[in-house]
Amino acid sequence: MSVKLTVVRPGALTTVQDAGRPGHAHLGVPRSGALDAPAMRLANRLAGNPEGAAVLETTLTGCALRPDHPVTVVVGGAPCPVTVDGRPAPWGAPVHVPAGSVLDAGPATRGLRSYLAVTGGIAVDPVLGSRATDLLSGLGPAPLAEGAVLPVGAPPVPSPALPAAAPWLAPPTELVLPVHLGPRTDRFTPAGVRTFLSASFTVSSHSNRIGLRTEGPSLERESAGELPSEGMVLGAVQVPPDGRPVVFLHDHPTTGGYPVIAVVAEESLAAAAQAVPGTPVRFTAGR
Amino acid sequence: MSGLRVRPAGRHALLVELPDGERTGALHAELLRRRAAGTLAPVAEIVPGACTILLDGVRDPAALSRQLTSLDVPSTARAEGDVVTIPVVYDGPDLADVAALWGVAEDEVPALHASFTYRVAFCGFAPGFGYLTGLPEPLHVPRRDTPRTRVPAGAVALAGPYSAVYPRATPGGWQLIGSMPDPSVLWDPDREQAALLSPGTRVRYRSVPS
Repeated sequence: MSVKLTVVRPGALTTVQDAGRPGHAHLGVPRSGALDAPAMRLANRLAGNPEGAAVLETTLTGCALRPDHPVTVVVGGAPCPVTVDGRPAPWGAPVHVPAGSVLDAGPATRGLRSYLAVTGGIAVDPVLGSRATDLLSGLGPAPLAEGAVLPVGAPPVPSPALPAAAPWLAPPTELVLPVHLGPRTDRFTPAGVRTFLSASFTVSSHSNRIGLRTEGPSLERESAGELPSEGMVLGAVQVPPDGRPVVFLHDHPTTGGYPVIAVVAEESLAAAAQAVPGTPVRFTAGR
Repeated sequence: MSGLRVRPAGRHALLVELPDGERTGALHAELLRRRAAGTLAPVAEIVPGACTILLDGVRDPAALSRQLTSLDVPSTARAEGDVVTIPVVYDGPDLADVAALWGVAEDEVPALHASFTYRVAFCGFAPGFGYLTGLPEPLHVPRRDTPRTRVPAGAVALAGPYSAVYPRATPGGWQLIGSMPDPSVLWDPDREQAALLSPGTRVRYRSVPS
């Protein structure tokens, strides 16, 4: 028996995500993968899947699915109302969805990205070892569209014992991002670096899976112009000519020419992925 | 290695800066040799840029940094491995502009462009898009003032010190001098080596009739 999910409501942007495809940056392939990786891993564990099984990542407005056989789904990440055929169902815990019923993960009440883990995992064909949708370079499956059909893998046998519940991180009301200065801090004036580490920015509505854009003061550069293209790490804080920091998320380009003033610690990127536009942001010098 | 500067890029990565592309290529080749031989401190990704090499997923950045500064590396990349030949139909829309910039007749561009051996300095922009160096400086051309909204897959293009072949259709501002008849070989994720051109690969262009 192979289960298929029909997309009833794709939401604003719902993609298939897993642990991504690291290891190919030298070929120009972004790492991709779930932006809130801890939420993906936890949803998978609650669904009885391996932590890196492919899940659905929604954006703000959730999504709705109809399975053709009974399935178990865990909706985690950004909290949202969950219903099965309109009846309330729990968020953050396994939900049994009968064949032909509609599971709806509603708009996020806090945060931005919810994760739907289906027992067995989303079983689209992998590309370079990953099922993740990479919005920068177009690898992996297309974002969900109404009527699309997604295959579900066989449930893991034996199914690991499910934890009854687990703590979830709350989406931030203020995003505090510890950074490690460099590699190109010397491209900015001392005043520019001070502004970066002391000013309050806000999350821009132009943020996406490629980068968290900010609004706020412009960072003063020591010199204008671009650098010769150089490799970019996840969490790099790149500063384009407008002077407003952009934090690179999982679909970021592998090389770039704008100076990177600092790098955000990877464990803080899950919070960045859940920060809605308008959330205040501060960068603090970490170790 | 002299002239090398190591910059931090977060807690688990180093950005190694070199004086020029030649030495970057030489260090890149040496790092790949050492990784294959198991004599390089563990690193998840080795990502060359124009004059830098990013080492990402580094377990012990301080130790790797020490190893890098004491490396003995030749100043130019040794020519190693097979040469990939790319057939080109020289019929690009910017052929006349490039001929004018080079100061040659339009029908001399193919032979001149195909007379050099190129090396993939780094990849980026799109999966399988390689930045090829090897064009002598007098033949470097600027990007177009207005980028095209669509450059077709297989387009053979020039910009600054680089030459490239577009693995798929994208917007682009490079000067288009020709096209590769079957660009699907440039990027095939189902193949063991997904990218035909990876950093360090040597490349020749060969003029073919349309």
